[in-house]
Amino acid sequence: MNVQATTQALPPSMMKTALYALTLMVLVMASTGDADAEDHVVTQSNMSFSATDLTVKVGDTVSFSNRDSMAHNVYSLSDAKTFDLGSSAPNTSKKVTLDQPGVVDVECALHPSMRMKIKVTQ
Amino acid sequence: MQPSMIPRLCVLSLFLVHAFSNAETITAPTPPPHEWRLPDHVPYPDGNEPTPQRVELGRMLYFDKRLSRDGTTSCASCHDPAQGWSDGLATSRGLDGKTLPRASPTIINAAYNTIQMWDGRKASLEDQAMGPMDSPDEMATDFDKLMALLGRDATYRAAFQAAYPDAPIDKLLIAKAIASFERTVVARNAPFDRWLAGDVTAMTLQQQRGFQIFVDPNTGNCAVCHRAPLFTDNGFHNIGLSSFGREGADPGRFAHKPIAVLKGAFKTPTLRNIAETAPYFHDGSAATLMDVVEHYARGGDVKTNLSPNLKTGPLTQQDKDDLVAFMQALSSPIPAPIAAASTRVSHLPVAGK
Ligand code: HEC
Ligand code: HEC
Ligand SMILES: [Cu+2]
Repeated sequence: MNVQATTQALPPSMMKTALYALTLMVLVMASTGDADAEDHVVTQSNMSFSATDLTVKVGDTVSFSNRDSMAHNVYSLSDAKTFDLGSSAPNTSKKVTLDQPGVVDVECALHPSMRMKIKVTQ
Repeated sequence: MQPSMIPRLCVLSLFLVHAFSNAETITAPTPPPHEWRLPDHVPYPDGNEPTPQRVELGRMLYFDKRLSRDGTTSCASCHDPAQGWSDGLATSRGLDGKTLPRASPTIINAAYNTIQMWDGRKASLEDQAMGPMDSPDEMATDFDKLMALLGRDATYRAAFQAAYPDAPIDKLLIAKAIASFERTVVARNAPFDRWLAGDVTAMTLQQQRGFQIFVDPNTGNCAVCHRAPLFTDNGFHNIGLSSFGREGADPGRFAHKPIAVLKGAFKTPTLRNIAETAPYFHDGSAATLMDVVEHYARGGDVKTNLSPNLKTGPLTQQDKDDLVAFMQALSSPIPAPIAAASTRVSHLPVAGK
């Protein structure tokens, strides 16, 4: 993209307006994206995820809800999504947005026997 | 007094008696904590059922020092039945007296582990067994020499044929046989097991109290990681050892999975036969079980990346003594044929000598 080239050519006042317009556009895009995004809930209990396979759409979120009496972690090092939700205390929930298609292998770093796959489709 | 009051008073007095006697003793929890019973079935991978022939071949290999480059070291050198299947050292000693960076874990009940090594870098016992043979510091096996030796040796030839008929003898087959033997190193006859099975006298009252503290989330809170039935969650935790504060500290699991919570995290070890495997921790930094309990009681030493599950409640001196007493109830005797074999095979002649 050549945004930089265009903005450089504009006088400061117009550049400001352009920036506002751009920001607005991004916001609108983001919120329309959200409109049909779904939140999927996966619980962690008895040291396992409630689903081993889950299919979601790009833009959807997955909430991990810890119903165990111990803390868990949720992370993935997959190409389609790399994330680390840190540690979740009992009775707390943490959310991740899946923004690219592909297969996301999810694991608990503390308990690697806790694992699941999220398939993210267009 | 009305007759209808009598049953109520009985219940009340029973309750009071119970409440007071509880202060002195803790009776076996009811119902018995079945979840602590070790599963009868020892898991094994497809294609390597531990038949008696495979176990016997694996036993020969496990104790045979000729597997190492210089004929000094067998698996049993570092996982010795007489030392609780560990080596009694803070961290292991390898070839040429080299000090290795980590302690030798017991192989008792390793057959049940879903992940092997302090940092979980090996998945199965088969996979694991090749590690020390390949390591230049542990056994540094010269496979050409070893294959020649195994091919020459009539006893080995027969044992391989009986265990894996017509399979070519190679590294993987050696690993499979050793893994089969390890699947028989199972401890399930400790006072704790007998107590679980209903023998209320198998553990002393102090040991029973220790068990209650071990599982109680508000005091010992040990079982959150040393979980039923294996005394491990097959998980990884930083428990705040002081060595983690040193420069160039062992990153543990983090070296394989770069996730923040895993910095300085190591696998939760089993506590089976723990009284026999001092010193403790991956760095051998605790000399006694009481040292271990004191470590937990003070919430660890280096607290920068503690496991979120490390939450030991306040412990009285009595609680600490009880916990130690409980851990002493986790030792099973070594099966006699294995104990005898360990002394027999260590006298085998060494290659080239
Ligand atoms: C020189 C000492 C030494 C020798 C020889 C040795 N080991 Fe080990 N073993 C260790 C150490 C140290 C570890 C832990 C290393 C780590 O986790 O990084 C270990 C780990 C293991 C584990 C993992 C247990 C667990 O709970 O994770 C198994 C199983 C094992 N060894 C089996 C064997 C077998 C089988 C042999 C022979 C082929 C063998 N070892 C030879 C020192 C030794
Ligand atoms: C947060 C999880 C966790 C909790 C809670 C926990 N442990 Fe551990 N335990 C571990 C880990 C992990 C290790 C190995 C740490 C290392 O060496 O770096 C370990 C090591 C040990 C060892 C040494 C084992 C060996 O072979 O060297 C003993 C004994 C032990 N724990 C007993 C206890 C007792 C008793 C309690 C309760 C007071 C307890 N643990 C609570 C995770 C835990
Ligand atoms: Cu977990």
